[in-house]
Amino acid sequence: MGKLSELAQALMELNEFKFLELVDEKLKKKEDPLEIIKECNAGMVEVGNLFSENKYFISELMFSAELFKEAMKKLEPFLGNSKTKEQSGEIVIIGTVEGDIHDIGKNIAANLIEGSGYRVIDLGVDVPAEKFVEELKKTGAKVLGLSAMLNFVFPEMKNVVDSIAEAGLREQVKIIIGGAPCNEQVRKFCGADYYAKDASAGVTICQEIYSSE
Amino acid sequence: MAETKVSGKTKEIIISSEKPTVLIGERINPTGRKKLSAELQKGNLDIIEKEALEQVSAGADIIDVNVGATGVDEVVLLPEAISRLMEKIDVPLCLDSSNPKALAKALEIYQGKALVNSVKGEESSLKTILPLIKEYNAAVIALPVDEAGIPFTVEKRLEISAKILNAAELLGISKENIIIDCLALTLGTNDQAGKIVLATIENIKEKLDVNITVGASNISFGLPDRNLINNVFLAAAISKGLTCPIVDVAAVIQSVLAIDLVLGKDRFALRYVKNYRRKKAEGGGGCIKSLT
Repeated sequence: MGKLSELAQALMELNEFKFLELVDEKLKKKEDPLEIIKECNAGMVEVGNLFSENKYFISELMFSAELFKEAMKKLEPFLGNSKTKEQSGEIVIIGTVEGDIHDIGKNIAANLIEGSGYRVIDLGVDVPAEKFVEELKKTGAKVLGLSAMLNFVFPEMKNVVDSIAEAGLREQVKIIIGGAPCNEQVRKFCGADYYAKDASAGVTICQEIYSSE
Repeated sequence: MAETKVSGKTKEIIISSEKPTVLIGERINPTGRKKLSAELQKGNLDIIEKEALEQVSAGADIIDVNVGATGVDEVVLLPEAISRLMEKIDVPLCLDSSNPKALAKALEIYQGKALVNSVKGEESSLKTILPLIKEYNAAVIALPVDEAGIPFTVEKRLEISAKILNAAELLGISKENIIIDCLALTLGTNDQAGKIVLATIENIKEKLDVNITVGASNISFGLPDRNLINNVFLAAAISKGLTCPIVDVAAVIQSVLAIDLVLGKDRFALRYVKNYRRKKAEGGGGCIKSLT
């Protein structure tokens, strides 16, 4: 683990009081809000790692997203000309595919991705392929997350990927799949770009996609 | 909803049905504890200091202090015990005595806003205890018992509770400073005791809107597997409106944190998870050891 800033460390430790106080302090000292966000991201990555290593519980993952959101609220008025991910159009569309109504994992992922500063468009559950295509066209989003909890909707996940290709949008978007029964094999079957084993892996993938532009 | 505030030298505790359950540690009480009684009779306070520290580290929010062993002069020993504990711990203390003079002496030297245990519904108690509560701006646990003894019906308990609240109000003591003890009696001698205390809690919360305590361990007196009963009882009672039970903290805290979480009183499960980690670091398992 590289050396974390004090702010990133406070976020990693979920020390609410210290974390928010440090954000206030930095803002008072007129530090660049984008740098503050970077430090927050570093902390979020650590929380994600701890969760992946089974050292943090899911409630703590959710809490870290909440802390980041609270910090973002403080930062927004200072962002001025500097663009946040949201303003620069870094959009992530997410939804559970048609035939499946599970939303716990999908909601966690949406929350965490949003907590990492992206604009998340959550299409909900039982979402038909056309709806994903339509929303991609409308927003130009570069990331799409498909969630499934039931293994018999794998063909539907493939159908969504194929429909996006048919609509001529496949080059525009990277597709991530996730959900308890998914794995690398399922990703290949569907023709998706990434398989995210959990919500924090999903965040890392979003960051990879948007930073590699 | 009523908010009762009590404090130690530095730490304030807020008791409210909107907040996590506040645990009052019961262990400094000579009733039924021979070793503690013997030490208190010798005037030795080391043992209560040890008990206080252990309860705080187990998660107690307030420590009840009762030094009333047979033959002990509480007027001397209670203030001594209180000042000794105030040097060592910063959580609020609950001054527990049936001797008004001992309570007055202890209140005199107490730093912060004390909790007193207790006032009863009988005239003699109302006349001696309530003026002390007013004078020292303390909070007090009220027992809905009167000259006729412990009432067995919800109605009678409610009636006496209302009477105590009225008497307090006449002296200018707000109901935030009164905590009603809903009287947990043992199931060993009355299998309806649990039902009655739960109904009392529900009614008092609804009709009087005050904070509520019980001496939780009483419920299981004389029965086997007492911790099991105590833990289950607490979960049921907290869901009815119990806000600050008097308990053996180490033996019940996991259940209390779990029920607080279930009832939406633990933001992001932070308290529950924190306690789990603490237990694990101590080498304990993730479940209630004494239940198995």
